[in-house]
Amino acid sequence: MKRFIGFIKKEFYHIFRDKRSLFILFGMPIAQILLFGFAITNEINNVDIAILDHSKDAATKEIINKIAASKYFSIHQFIEKEDDIEAVFKKGKVKAVLNFEKDFSKNLIKENNAKIQVITDATDPNTANTISNYVNAILQNYLKEQNKSSAQVYQIVSQTHMVYNPELKSVYMFVPGVMTIILMLVSAMMTSISITREKELGTMEILLVSPLKPIQVIVGKVFPYIFLSIINAIVIVVLSIFIFKMPVQGSLFLLAMESVLFIITALALGILISTISATQQTAMMISLMGLMLPVILLSGFIFPIASMPLPLQIISNIIPAKWFIIILKSIMLKGVGLQYVWKETLILLGMAVFFIGLSVKKYKIRLE
Amino acid sequence: MSIIVSNISKSYKKVKALQNISFNVKSDEIFGLIGPDGAGKTTLFRILTTLLIANKGAASIAGFDVITDYKSIRKNVGYMPGKFSLYQDLTVQENLQFFATIFGTTLEENYDLIKDIYIQIEPFKNRRAGKLSGGMKQKLALCCALIHKPKVLFLDEPTTGVDPVSRKEFWEMLKRLQGKNITILVSTPYMDEAALCDRIALIQDGQILEIATPEAIVKKYSKAIYNLSANNMFELINSLKEYKHNHSVYPFGEFVHYTDCRPDFNPTELKVFLESKNLTNIIIERTTATIEDTFMELSK
Repeated sequence: MKRFIGFIKKEFYHIFRDKRSLFILFGMPIAQILLFGFAITNEINNVDIAILDHSKDAATKEIINKIAASKYFSIHQFIEKEDDIEAVFKKGKVKAVLNFEKDFSKNLIKENNAKIQVITDATDPNTANTISNYVNAILQNYLKEQNKSSAQVYQIVSQTHMVYNPELKSVYMFVPGVMTIILMLVSAMMTSISITREKELGTMEILLVSPLKPIQVIVGKVFPYIFLSIINAIVIVVLSIFIFKMPVQGSLFLLAMESVLFIITALALGILISTISATQQTAMMISLMGLMLPVILLSGFIFPIASMPLPLQIISNIIPAKWFIIILKSIMLKGVGLQYVWKETLILLGMAVFFIGLSVKKYKIRLE
Repeated sequence: MSIIVSNISKSYKKVKALQNISFNVKSDEIFGLIGPDGAGKTTLFRILTTLLIANKGAASIAGFDVITDYKSIRKNVGYMPGKFSLYQDLTVQENLQFFATIFGTTLEENYDLIKDIYIQIEPFKNRRAGKLSGGMKQKLALCCALIHKPKVLFLDEPTTGVDPVSRKEFWEMLKRLQGKNITILVSTPYMDEAALCDRIALIQDGQILEIATPEAIVKKYSKAIYNLSANNMFELINSLKEYKHNHSVYPFGEFVHYTDCRPDFNPTELKVFLESKNLTNIIIERTTATIEDTFMELSK
């Protein structure tokens, strides 16, 4: 036991004396969560639009007012002729142009049919889509108000109710993803680097020629990172609750336990990587390419798994991050208990046991 | 016998690193492995410290077999690898304490063993190991390898890259350790250090050329050896190599060592030959053989 404590003490010296690893450990989680929370978002806010109004009557004026009043759009400029549309897009600031036809109000009343052309800048397809949806919603809203006065009988109104994230805040989606990435990075990459550093500097040779058992070396190496990862998880949850008002509907205890389980899985992966790489650089490359990319691309964090081609959907099952993100979302947003996520938990547990077993088996008691 | 090595062979893919190595080291002996870089010294050390498994042969350390009893060996030996292998970001004291803890001992417990060495590095005990000079690093590494009072100490090229004064101090320390029931196996590429060992094995290309005491090895050298110098050393070596009666020619410090293949060698005759090659200031004088001369002769 004394040996073990001595070993852990040494590990903490390494971590706290290496400014780079300290930065990765504590700077990155905060930077990432803020970055994803504030900068990377698919909500639209105050999008600049231009108006080309050929009729300039009561109806168009009211619609324009409604659009200007919404927080999604701000009217950047009014243009007078079709030729100007291309020009304003080319300047780049305006993302959409609303083109009202001539005699808009008259057509609407007499023929019950008036036309607006919504032209969007689709260089960013997602934003373009969202803009046209929002404009449509505002127009529908306007029509509904008009129809109240003139009694129309048949009407289908779809009432959309977005559960678990009624305001469609993208931060709700990013927090679980970022938490997964950070825990994976800290646990897997940092442990694999710290073990291969001993190999690279030759200190592993001395550790091998000592009475320390392999399991003592591994656990001693890994333990500080379990501790630091838990602190990171707490920082992320606290930040997202207080800065982004992210709800945690479910039990915090369950959240903590699931996080520890994921951390252990990631650590086991880190040990496994260190057994197959001889230098810190290799370990880092394998961690980044082999772990980070799948976590970002295949875990369902950014791209929905259901819309992936079948082979990728199958591959995504072997990525621990996928299951952890499902668990996180269920606990944080849906507030469910273990009875709803036991399957995912069991899968994660299985992976942890498998990776630990494999890395203990692959750990070499000699140099080759 | 403290170390018994019999018929050890080891090869890496195509390279034969060690071929049929056998030797014994008695208790409390300083045994030197002398040979150039790439001779297989480090491989042999790694086999004896249980880090590598030989392809053939057997070895035992302090009575424990290197394969079946590797755990007992790891408790009873001290190992100082050729490359400086301590934690550079830990201070001198932290390194010592760490190695003391993992061997289940304390700095105080075996203090008398490392005292002589430790007092030299004590003024720097709060300095990070990476910031020490080469000689200091080696002294610290020796302290760390000794901290658990090992029965056998393995030192792989401990003085490579160390200044001459520190080298001398280092060897004085080894001599002092000898009186404390520690067997020492040390390797070095420096022939002058070989004379300080009790017995030495000359090793080259994975084979042992000779095992004996340093005195006996020098005595085995039967040829008359000459120190030569002239105004142009490079030309001197080339001319000597052209001389048809030469047996061996190689630079040795500020001189060239020369041996002749005839028993009735006449230095004057050689001088005349060299003068015909436009060399001046020629000095030819008889000298005594050293371990390096023996090594050069054996490895021919």
